[in-house]
Formats: sequence, structure tokens, C-alpha cells
Amino acid sequence: MSPPQLGIEGQSQCNVSLMASSSSADCITQNGLGLKERNYLGLSDCSSVDSSAVSSVPDENKNNLNLKATELRLGLPGSQSPERDSDFPLLSSVKLDEKQLFPLAPSKDGICSLSQKTVVSGNKRGFADTVDGFSESKSNMFAEGNWIFKTAGSDSGQPKLATKTEVPAKASQECNNKINGSNTNNPPAAKAQVVGWPPIRSFRKNTLATTSKNNDEVDGKPGPGALFVKVSMDGAPYLRKVDLRSYATYKELSSALEKMFSCFTLGQCGPQGNPTREMLSESKLRDLLHGSEYVLTYEDKDGDWMLVGDVPWEMFIASCKRLKIMKGSDAIGLAPRAVEKSKNRN
Amino acid sequence: MLNYFPEEVLEHVFDFVTSHRDRNAVSLVCKSWYSVERFSREKVFIGNCYAVNPERVIARFPRVRSLTLKGKPHFADFNLVPPDWGGYVYPWIEAMAKHGINLEELRLKRMVVSDESLELLAKSFPNFKSLVLVSCEGFTTDGLAAIASNCRFLRELDLQENEVDDRKGQWLSCFPDSCTSLISLNFACLKGEVNAAALERLVARCPNLRSLRLNHAVPLDTLQKILTQAPQLNDLGTGSFVHDPDSETCGKLKNAMKKCKSIRSLSGFLDVNARCLPAVYPICTNLTSLNLSYAPGIYSNDLIKLICHCKKLERLWVCFFIKLIHYTYFFSGVPLSNQGLNWIMQILDTIGDKGLGAVASTCKELQELRVFPSDLYGVGNAGVTEEGLVAISAGCPKLNSILYFCQQMTNAALITVAKNCPNFIRFRLCTLNPTIPDAVTNLPLDEGFGAIVQSCKGLKRLSVSGLLTDQVFLYIGMYAEQLEMLSIAFAGDSDKGMLYVLNGCKKLKKLEIRDSPFGNVALLADVGKYETMRSLWMSSCEVTFGACKTLAEKMPRLNVEIINEGEEIEASPDDRHRVEKMYLYRTLVGPRRDAPDFVWTL
Repeated sequence: MSPPQLGIEGQSQCNVSLMASSSSADCITQNGLGLKERNYLGLSDCSSVDSSAVSSVPDENKNNLNLKATELRLGLPGSQSPERDSDFPLLSSVKLDEKQLFPLAPSKDGICSLSQKTVVSGNKRGFADTVDGFSESKSNMFAEGNWIFKTAGSDSGQPKLATKTEVPAKASQECNNKINGSNTNNPPAAKAQVVGWPPIRSFRKNTLATTSKNNDEVDGKPGPGALFVKVSMDGAPYLRKVDLRSYATYKELSSALEKMFSCFTLGQCGPQGNPTREMLSESKLRDLLHGSEYVLTYEDKDGDWMLVGDVPWEMFIASCKRLKIMKGSDAIGLAPRAVEKSKNRN
Repeated sequence: MLNYFPEEVLEHVFDFVTSHRDRNAVSLVCKSWYSVERFSREKVFIGNCYAVNPERVIARFPRVRSLTLKGKPHFADFNLVPPDWGGYVYPWIEAMAKHGINLEELRLKRMVVSDESLELLAKSFPNFKSLVLVSCEGFTTDGLAAIASNCRFLRELDLQENEVDDRKGQWLSCFPDSCTSLISLNFACLKGEVNAAALERLVARCPNLRSLRLNHAVPLDTLQKILTQAPQLNDLGTGSFVHDPDSETCGKLKNAMKKCKSIRSLSGFLDVNARCLPAVYPICTNLTSLNLSYAPGIYSNDLIKLICHCKKLERLWVCFFIKLIHYTYFFSGVPLSNQGLNWIMQILDTIGDKGLGAVASTCKELQELRVFPSDLYGVGNAGVTEEGLVAISAGCPKLNSILYFCQQMTNAALITVAKNCPNFIRFRLCTLNPTIPDAVTNLPLDEGFGAIVQSCKGLKRLSVSGLLTDQVFLYIGMYAEQLEMLSIAFAGDSDKGMLYVLNGCKKLKKLEIRDSPFGNVALLADVGKYETMRSLWMSSCEVTFGACKTLAEKMPRLNVEIINEGEEIEASPDDRHRVEKMYLYRTLVGPRRDAPDFVWTL
């Protein structure tokens, strides 16, 4: 059965009831958007989107059809809809690479680009195509196109013309839109190629960059930010990153890590390095990870390597800077109970 | 007649003349006034540390007690000036120590301050009372420890947005028990921890403490204890504002806040649990200044709730959180059409402007507003558009200073703002896309800014952005009669633009231009103009080496510095080569001797 398409144009009566993770109950209102999105800072929040925000939506979209079956989930564009896992925020099952979270100004002629690795997707097109009566200015905002401006030595004297021709490209497929990301054809650029724009003091930029990773709530609810930390495993050729805030207990974390790193232990990986379904034999993995073979450790704020599991979860995520899956033999220096403890945690 | 006044009388009268500009004017009247004024001046302001040298300052003002120095050009804030460019304070401290100056106050901005300088400072001036460092670098907490240990009468240690290395040396614990004179302590920019017990004891023994800004490493329970000890505070910067909101600590905090009836200024919240924010509501009613620009963790609705309590606010700095969504939404497993996504963005879109709407309806006394983007690369900021600005201008008639980062702007909005708020003294608009045109008409934003300069007759500082032609500079030259500082980026079509400004703005002091097509004709048209200004910065423009050399030859009292980076360092570059970065400033003391290799003074 094909699910209904959410096309706002044609189906003005269709309500979108967006389900976020069940643990953020306050996000979900009658008409509400419970958006468990992650932005490129890795921060996710839906608590500040309430029904009053929805009230600004054009009338045809306001209605009370709460289509529970129609849950709006988030996923990487171009990928399949991830499994429904009611306990976890959607994204925990989709391993996100931060590098893919910067679908910003596409660069034309490589002059400027603020995007990191662009997310490739055939679904992503410019917003310019909206024809359903939203204000001109808003759609222009998304259609405003590329940030073409002169960099040193280039296009001397004519930067504005370049911009003018690009800007009115409402229908342009290559329009910058802040959501869908940039031109998929463009090579990724790690940072803005224009130094010093926008003019924000580097102190401020650096401070906010660090903060965005560290904001947390102590009361156990998922905090307003994601907390991506690197996870390394002895012997693995590359590291991974996990969002500690997408888990609520040590058990969830260790399950996720098992899945993530099983390909290294079992020697099989899918094309993206993700374990294929056939390999997920949890008990087998668990044995591997929680037997004497591997120990999960983390580096805390002071730079010390600690055994995972000693402190309450919230304290752990507040102090964890990175994770390391050590071979049990390397972890002999840790408390002898460590290995038993890790078994017991299951 | 006035010549017959005894000098003592003159001196007494001059005591009431405090602004350095007025004192400068006073000193030009006649020789005896010059003489009386120079011996009585205690506060000296040097807007460009290379315009003069320490010896000359000390020679002219031997009784100086307070020195303010500014070093690097403004664009250094945005990484346009390489490190090691200059701006060292050490020679100044050394000279003053040598000449036995009774220094009590030192205020530095964009200077390089070494630990050595701080140690020398701490040990050379027994009456030293006040150190204010803004956007400086080069020192560590060891330098702060020297200040804390040695300055027996220290009243003020104010560190704003400095890059400080943390040496984990417990600098704060170095304040001796005998130190009871602190009035102001601001270490919000430090990254490391301080000893909480030492901090509490310090606060407890300084009854005159009025201003305290903690860094994010200070936990909430320490804040609570401090506030209990210091209910007399006027200005508070919170440390970490994260705790279980139902805990006893938060309850105690709220009670302590209720007793702090004097707090008028609030900042901090770098780490924040928004559910703890209601603890500060008791002080919101009397707040005149609120800085949440480092609080990206407070989302719009909590922000709005907070602001709604702040009816007396005169100064507000906020950042609006970007809610960019980078994933396609799935609707029952099927990717959303673009319309659907656009719809969602519309909703999120309004949050920033909505927050500003709340400000507009609550804060009728607002004079200064700064709206920063809170995301990493300053892009997106989907929530803030021209609508927010218009709402603010309509709701806050006393607005006179604004810094506004936004996604888009329109001429119509700017014209409305100009009508609503003719009192702007500082108007800085930054569109995140530097050459974005009017969002509705696709025209340049010339008319909008033209309206601003025409209406705001007292405008002293202006930053323009968006798509702009020479026309905007014609307006600026015609109307911005009081303009002292102008920042231009990616604007203009030809030399005419710059010429309009140089010819028209008689009071211009600082002009900084980047990535704009202004060249030699504009640069050389009126070389005498630059001696009436503090400085001119031009980067990625069209000026050539030859023109800079010509200028330097004609004007010996200007330092024309070329900053060479990268591979283009040639022994003698061709005159026709474009200059990447040029910084020129008037000076009494010729080329500076501390310039690094990559800086050439022509």
C-alpha cells in the first residue's frame, strides 16, 4: 500500500503530525510539530517548536487530523526510511557523519562554499519551485542562490553581475536552499572560502562551536544538543562517531557500538561500512564485546582513560570526550572487576 | 580675559572636562591652556598605539594615571590580520615603569599582552587598580596570577573575549586574604576551572563587589552560594547554568536571586538548562542589560519567556538559533516533496523574527540591540529577516544602536526602520550573504541604506552589506555628516563610490573596506584626508603597489603598511601588482620598529 504523499499544494487538508522520539513528549501537540531534527551543529531540539509556531502556517495546513500512522521521520536524504524504533530517536539508527551535515551555499566556480560534504540526493531540489502561495520573500530567501562574491584576485570588477545573474534563479535547480543542501555536483569544501565573513569575532565563533557540543540537561531528558564523540577500536582502520545523547543508558550505547563495530570483528561490511543485516547476531557480538576480549573505555575531561559504566549516565555523558574499545588484554591495568562489571551490565 | 585666570583655577575647571576629545580641544586654545591641561590630564586615550610612542605620551602627560590603548585594526577580529602583526603592550608598560608613572588603570583592546607584561605591570605600579582587557591575546593564567598576587589595591579585573591559555595554576587562589578591594571581576572568557572555595571566599571578603562575571566552569551551586554572599551585585554573569531544576540547589538559587535587588545587568548562560531559567525571573523586572549572545542553548520559546519579564531592558544581545534541517523528511517512508519541506521551514523561519517581535512588544526602553547568528559558520540564521528588524523599530522608539545579522533584507524594511528610528548612532547590518539584493525586488539595497543615513542625522558608525552600488556611497557622502566609522564589504562598482565617501564624510575617522572595486584613483584623490582620519584599511580591493608608494611618499606622516602573506613575497614587487592588504594610519613617530617581516611600511 502506498502511503499518502505529503504534497502541500494539492492536499491542503492533510495534516502532518510529526512524531519525534517519544521521550520528548512536550514537543508533540495537537497540531504540533515534534521535530527531532539534527542540525549541522548536531543540536536537536523540538521543545521550542510549539503549536503557536504552527499557527503561522498558512491556514490550509492547520487542521486536526492526527494521522498517527503517518509519522514524519528524519533520515538522510536519498536513503531509505529507517526502521521504526519507538524508543530511540530516529537518527540513532542512522549513523550520521557530521561531515554530511553542511548542505549550505553551493559554490559556483569554487569561489565560495560553506558546505561540507554535500549530501547527495535526487530528492533535493531548490525551494524555488514553491508555488503554493507562500510569501514571495520567503521563497526568495531560499531561492537566493549562491553566495557569489569576489575573492582575492578573482573576477575583478564584476562581482555583482555574477550575483545578479544567479540570484533570480527561482526555478533554478541549483539554487541554494538551506535545507536540502547544495548542488550535489559541487565538490565539498570544509569551510567557507571567504575569510572573515560573516564578520563575527573568532572568539565568539570558537566559543559557540565548543558550546554547541557541550550543552546538556541533567534531568535525564534528551538535551538540546547532540554530543558526538569519536569511537575508536583497537585494530579498526577508521573511527566512528556516536551521539551520546541519543542513548539514555549504558546498555543502549553498548548495543549501538556492538552493531557499529561488529564489521570489524567479524570482518564483513556493507558498502558504507555498516554492518549488513545478516551479520547482526547480537549474542555473538555481545560475547565478543563483553567477554574478555574487549573493554569499553572513555577519555574524560581531564584526559584520563576511564572504564565506562562506573558513574551515572548523565555524569558520564557530561565528561566523556571520546570512547575507545580496547582489547581486553590492554585493559589489564583496570580494576579486576572491570570485566565482570561489563558482563553484568548486560 | 581668560589669560588672567590663575593656573590653579584653570586646572580646577579642567577637572570637569573629562572626555578626551574635549580635553584635546581645550589644549589647542593657547599655550598656557595646553600647558595646564597636559599636566592635569590623568586619563589618556590612544586610539592607535602606533600613532605615537610611549616616551612622547609620558613626556606630554607626566601625571597620567589611566591609559587606554588600542592595537590591531578592527578587521583583525575576523582573521584578516595575520598573527604577529603587532600591537604589543610591553614597551608601554616598560616605559611607564621606567619613568615612574603612577599608573592606576590600563585598558587595552586588540593588543598582544604577554605574561611578562602582566608581571611587569603587577610589580611596577603599587597603586594599580584596574585592568581591562578586550579582545587581547598572548597571555595565560600565569599572568593573571601575577596580577592577583601583587596588586594589593586591585579594584577591577575585567577580561572580555580574550584568548587566554589556561595553565591550571589556580590563579584565582592567588588573591591574598588581604585583598578586599575588588569591585569588578570578570573572567567569563577563561576556559579553565577556578577553585570554587577560593572564589566564594574572595567574594565574601569583598563587600564592594558590584560586578561579577563567572566562566562556564563555575557550577550552579557555587553561583548560588556566591549570590547569597553578594546580594549587592549590580552585574552578574552566570557560570554553568545547568542543574536539575527540581533540586534544592535550584530552589536556593531562586531565593538568593530574589534578594539580589540591585542586579541590572545579566549575562552568561554559556551552558544552560532552560528549565533552570525561571530562577532568574525575579531579577528580570529590573534588568537594563541582558546579554544572551553566548547562550545558544536557550531556544526561542524560552528566550521569549525570559524577555517577556524584562520590561526595562535598554540593552539586549541575543543570538537566534538556527534550525536548519539537513535531512529529507520521510512521510511514512516516502520522502517529502519540496513543498512539504518548504512548509516546515516556513514555520521554523518565523522563530527568530517571533522572538524579536516579543522584544518589540516588551522592551519599550530598548536602546541597543545586537542579534547574532548562533551557528558555527554564520550561515543560515533562517529565523531572522527584515521583519524582525521592522518590528523592533516599530516597538522600540528609543533604539539608537543596532548590530543585526540576518538572512535577508529589503529596501522597504530599511526605509521603514529609518522612519521609525531616527536616533541611530550605530547602525550595523550584516546580511549573511554579503551581496544579497533586496529579497522582494532584487534591487540593490542602496535606497534602504540611503534612507538610514538621511534620517539618522546623528549616525556615527555604519556597516553596510548586501548588494550595493556606488549609489549608496553617494548617499552616505551626502547625508552622513557625523559619520566616524564606516565598514564596507563586497560593495560598490567603481572608484566613485569611495570618492563620495572621502569627499562627503567630513568627520570620518576610520574607514575599512574589503573586497570592493576601489582603486588608485580613489586612494590618491585626496591624500590629505588621511591625516584627518585615524586609519584606513583596504583589502582585496584594486589598489596597486605603485599607488601605495606614491601615497607614502607624499604623506610622510602616514604609515602605509602592506601586509604580504603567502607566496607573493617578492623583493620588489611590480608597481602594477595589486595590493592584497593595506593598512594606513597617521602617526607622529614614523614607521614602527616592531613590524614583522611580512609587513612592509612603504
